[in-house]
This record gives sequence, C-alpha cells and structure tokens, in this order.
Amino acid sequence: MEAFTTHTGRAVPLRRSNVDTDQIIPAHWLKKVTRDGFEDGLFEAWRRDPEFVLNRPERQGATVLVAGPDFGTGSSREHAVWALQNYGFKAVISSRFADIFRGNSLKNGLLTVVLEQEIVDALQQLTERDPAAAITVDLVAREVRAEGVTAPFELDENSRWRLLNGLDDISITLRNEADIAAYESARPAFKPRTTLV
Amino acid sequence: MGRTLAEKVWDDHVVRRAEGEPDLLFIDLHLLHEVTSPQAFDGLRKSGRRVRRLDLTIATEDHNTPTLDIDKPIADPVSRVQLETLRKNCADFGVRLHPLGDVEQGVVHVVGPQLGLTQPGTTVVCGDSHTSTHGAFGALAFGIGTSQVEHVLATQTLPLAPFRTMAVTVEGELPPDVTAKDLILAIIARIGTGGGQGYVIEYRGPAIEKLSMEARMTICNMSIEAGARAGMIAPDRTTFDYLRDRPHAPQGEEWDAAVAYWETLRTDEDAVFDHEVVIDAAELAPFVTWGTNPGQGAPLSASVPDPASFADPSERYAAEKALEYMALEPGRPLREVAVDTVFVGSCTNGRIEDLRSAAAVLRGRSVAEGVRMLVVPGSVRVSLQAVEEGLDKVFTEAGAEWRHAGCSMCLGMNPDQLAPGERAASTSNRNFEGRQGKGGRTHLVSPQVAAATAVLGHLASPADLSDVPALVEA
Ligand code: SF4
Repeated sequence: MEAFTTHTGRAVPLRRSNVDTDQIIPAHWLKKVTRDGFEDGLFEAWRRDPEFVLNRPERQGATVLVAGPDFGTGSSREHAVWALQNYGFKAVISSRFADIFRGNSLKNGLLTVVLEQEIVDALQQLTERDPAAAITVDLVAREVRAEGVTAPFELDENSRWRLLNGLDDISITLRNEADIAAYESARPAFKPRTTLV
Repeated sequence: MGRTLAEKVWDDHVVRRAEGEPDLLFIDLHLLHEVTSPQAFDGLRKSGRRVRRLDLTIATEDHNTPTLDIDKPIADPVSRVQLETLRKNCADFGVRLHPLGDVEQGVVHVVGPQLGLTQPGTTVVCGDSHTSTHGAFGALAFGIGTSQVEHVLATQTLPLAPFRTMAVTVEGELPPDVTAKDLILAIIARIGTGGGQGYVIEYRGPAIEKLSMEARMTICNMSIEAGARAGMIAPDRTTFDYLRDRPHAPQGEEWDAAVAYWETLRTDEDAVFDHEVVIDAAELAPFVTWGTNPGQGAPLSASVPDPASFADPSERYAAEKALEYMALEPGRPLREVAVDTVFVGSCTNGRIEDLRSAAAVLRGRSVAEGVRMLVVPGSVRVSLQAVEEGLDKVFTEAGAEWRHAGCSMCLGMNPDQLAPGERAASTSNRNFEGRQGKGGRTHLVSPQVAAATAVLGHLASPADLSDVPALVEA
C-alpha cells in the first residue's frame, strides 16, 4: 500500500447523498479477476450522461472527490474502493461514510475524510466556481486546506499510523518477520509439504 | 486447567502473541482454487511480493469446470477467464496446480485429504467456507476471504481473533440405515444455522469414534452450515490408518514422530467447553431438508411442517417463505415429494464411500422414468477408483449419468444446473434459493436416500425399496 502523508489536487464535486456501492461499481463488474481495471465501471450508469460531472473536461485529472453525505452505503464490495482508486482518486471528503466502505477504504490506502457538512458545502462551492482550485488533504497535520478553508479532521491513531507509513495488514505482519522465521525454523520435519520429493 | 483439541492446535501455531493484538497464527497448508484467488495474486504482483511458502501451497480447479466434454474449450467466457487466470497465476508464482484433465484434479476439499496433505494438528485455510471439511483429521481448518488469501500467500500467517469452543457429543450407536449426512443434518436442525456462530465445534462421543474418515469429513464439512468457524474430530487409529502411505504422509521415523504428536491431540479430561450439546444417536433416522436453509430439515418419515407451529416469529416467517419457494404445503408427507433430478457428488458426499453406498442401492435397479440422476465423483482419483470397482457401470446401467470430477451441481457456476422450478434430491450441502440454478429447489439428502429417491421418483430411503426387487446380476 502506498503511504499517504499529504496530497494536493483538483476536486470533483458530487452533489448527491446516499451514493451506494452499487452506484459506485455495478454488480456485473464483480466477475473481474483483477483488482485494477475498474476505472471504467466507476459510476458507470451516471457516466452515460455526457453532462455528468466526471465527464466534464475541466474535471479530468482531478484526484479529490467531494461527496454528499452517506457515501458508500449498501453492499460490502471492496471493488468500490478499488474503482475509485483505479480512476485516480486519492481522497474522498464527505460529512458521513458508511462503516464498511470506510473500513475498506482505509485498508486500501484511500483516505476518507469526515468534515462538517458546512465545510463540505464550502469546498463544493469553491471547486464549482473554480475547477482549477486545489484542495490539500494533509494527514500529517490532520487538516484540509483550500482557498478560504482550513479545517481539522479526526482519524484514529492506528489508521493514521498505517496510512502515513503505507502499511497494509501484510506489511504490518511482515514487520514480525523475525517471529515468523523463528517459528518456521522450529517446525517439526514431519509437517506436510505440497512439493513432491 | 486442561485444554480442548482446538486450543491445543491453536497454541501450537502462535507465531506472535502481544497484548491488545490478535494472535498471529502460522498456516501449515494453503489450498487455492480459481474463484477466490485472482485478486490475491494481483495484490502480490502490485506490491512486488512473492508466495512465501510454495511448499505449503497447492491449487486445483473445481467450481467452474464442466463435467462433460472436458477436452473441449470451456464455453462460458467468465468461467474460462477464471480458470486461465489461475493457470497464469500459478505459472507466474510457481504454485503447484492440478488443472482440469490432471489426475489429481478435483474438488479442493477432496484433493487435500486424498493426497495426505491434510494431517492432524495442522492449520489449513482456503478461500472457501467448506474448508471445515479438513477438521475431520483433527486439523484446525477454516475458510478465509480474498484479502486473507493474499495475506497467507505473502506471509504464511494470519492474525486471528480467538474462537469459542463447543462440544457436540453423539452418544450411543447410529442405527444401521443412518449415515453421517443424516447425523449432521439432524445436528444442524437441532442447533440452528446460527447456533455455531463464533465456535469451533468438536464432534465427539462413541458414535463419532466409530465413523470412517470419509464419514467424519461429511460431518465436519457441514459445520459451516451451523454457522461454526470450524469443526474438528480428534485423530485416532482410524485417522492414522487412513493417512498411512498417502503420497504426502510422513515416512519412516518421521511417521513415528508424527503419530507420537498426533496422539497428544485430544481434549484433556478437565478441559471446559464454552458450550455443550448431547445427541442420542439411537434416536436418529434418515433425514432430509424441506426448506431453503440446511437447518430446515426433518426425518424422512415426517411431513412438511406447518409454519404456524414455530414459536419463534422469525423462524415462522422463514418457514413460510421457504415453503413458498419450495412449492410445498404443510402436512404433505415428505415421502410424497416427487423430484426431477438427483445429484450425488460435492465435497460433502462425493468420495468413494459415498459412491459405493449409492451404487449398492442402485445395483440392479433403475432410475425412475422422467428422473435425471447425475453422479459426479469429487475428484479424478475417486473417479478412477469407482471405475476400477465397476461402480460407473452400476450407475449407467441404472440410467444415471456418470460425469467427470468437479463441484458440478453443488452450485450454479458451471453448466450443471437446475432449471427454474426443478426439484432435486442432492447430496450437497446448501439448499439456498437458486444455489443449484436459478429457481431450482433442493432437498439435501444422504447418498443412500439420493439413490432410493432416484429409483422411486420421490423422496425415499433404501428401506422403501423392498417392493422394488433388485435384479440379481447373473
Ligand atoms: S463441492 Fe460445493 S461446497 Fe464443495 S467446494 Fe465445490 S461448490 Fe463449494
């Protein structure tokens, strides 16, 4: 997992509430056998409309999603997070996230930031007025900054530590490499092996 | 204080224990198949990791494989891509794979034990809920998610929260016409599909000790249908005899060292289980399901229950819904329920003993007019053994279809499926809505009941066949 310290990028305002994971990535995409290549499935139904915000030329290359409340509800599919990341999003800002989606996002290194609805509104107005406006999500200082906005946010210390260091569950386990190696060397010889000798 | 079997195996695999963190457990055996592994391999690739222990990892193809025309390209593009992906992943990472067409191919939970890879006191994982099957050897075996598959590939360990322990003690002796399948269906009906939640169940008592290894696998296989994390049976002579001389069983001095360790794997006399259930084997009879979860079962001699008879409102509602889906009315004797299809196979009942017992019932008889019977061995090895014993002939002469090994009609992921509204007697493990094909209706049964049902065309046990004489072969 890539470390997240601070990120600055242009934003996409998504003025809808209760965006569920079926809208983020429809079920028929779940047959895929990879964790990437989901970018074309992201908000697939809405993207058929050329006027949908993601399709606007001025939004190309944006990396911060400023979403409405209750983002990521519904099915627990991890694919929703993968789709946002594959598309290029590094952070999602909302006043409220569904629990499972939030858990999945932090596990995969997509920073989900909870801010008061008024601040989310202010960020949406800013980026609607000026599509080139930059938003900074600073995990070190636990702060979101943009023109006219400086807003602190909360994130539990364990999640923050893992994101700052780019540690997924596997990396954390691998920090105990010495313990694993010690266990392996003490394993009895009669234990089964899949390789034929 | 003494420890249970599950606690002993757990303790023997702790790589790291730290305050406020889950224990990190070492995994002795990691089984892979095509459905739940692709994103895990992809994750390894992205982070530049390798498979840490190729010598503890093995893959086979089962869920998507057809059971007919296996030498032809696979028709369904999604299935084909899943299989091709597994082949590429195994080639890229160096994982041993038994693909369709290989002599060691088969349902992953049949393959591990028959190779002798599943051994007492090991930890076994697979991205598949029926990994609980392997607990029959006194292994701690459980299903995991795709992220955990990647974690095991990369580290050969898993951080795990502790389980609670449950003892299911089966006293007495099973009546002669009652099988392991009837027993586990009765246990699930008794404790409920959520009754095992959070527990590792240890099956014990005289009736369990008398079971063959394959029957024990049938029991442990369905632990997950009671919601349990895993099922286990203490290893004994039966276990050791089954393992001896299998390709991956320890040899020579290592065999002796292994047996000495395996013999310690028993729940201590003074160990305390978090929960205990006692079943009297003598009271059991052939058992079938009438509903849409494996807990909705009854003795074959009973009738479809009236939902109004359930005291618990949510159970009552579930029963109403189930009868609606199953197109059954309360009070109908289960023996009068006619079927279109009979399926013998799956990781629950697709081993050689299962085929033998179904064949014993079918020998010299024929499948009823209008009934389709599919017999699908759990692995190529099982298939070869059955052919050697002439069982395939018994099935085909009776009018059943003899197929290639795989998951087949256990789940609607390959061409073997029920049509909407079709009703099956199935030796598999799940009777969920649509499990065997959209709109299909499933009654879970033992191999004997499956075979008798095929002959009579309605749910039946071998005892009902007395008036259908078997043609004695010349
Ligand atoms: S036989 Fe059925 S339950 Fe067993 S692994 Fe295959 S699909 Fe799953």
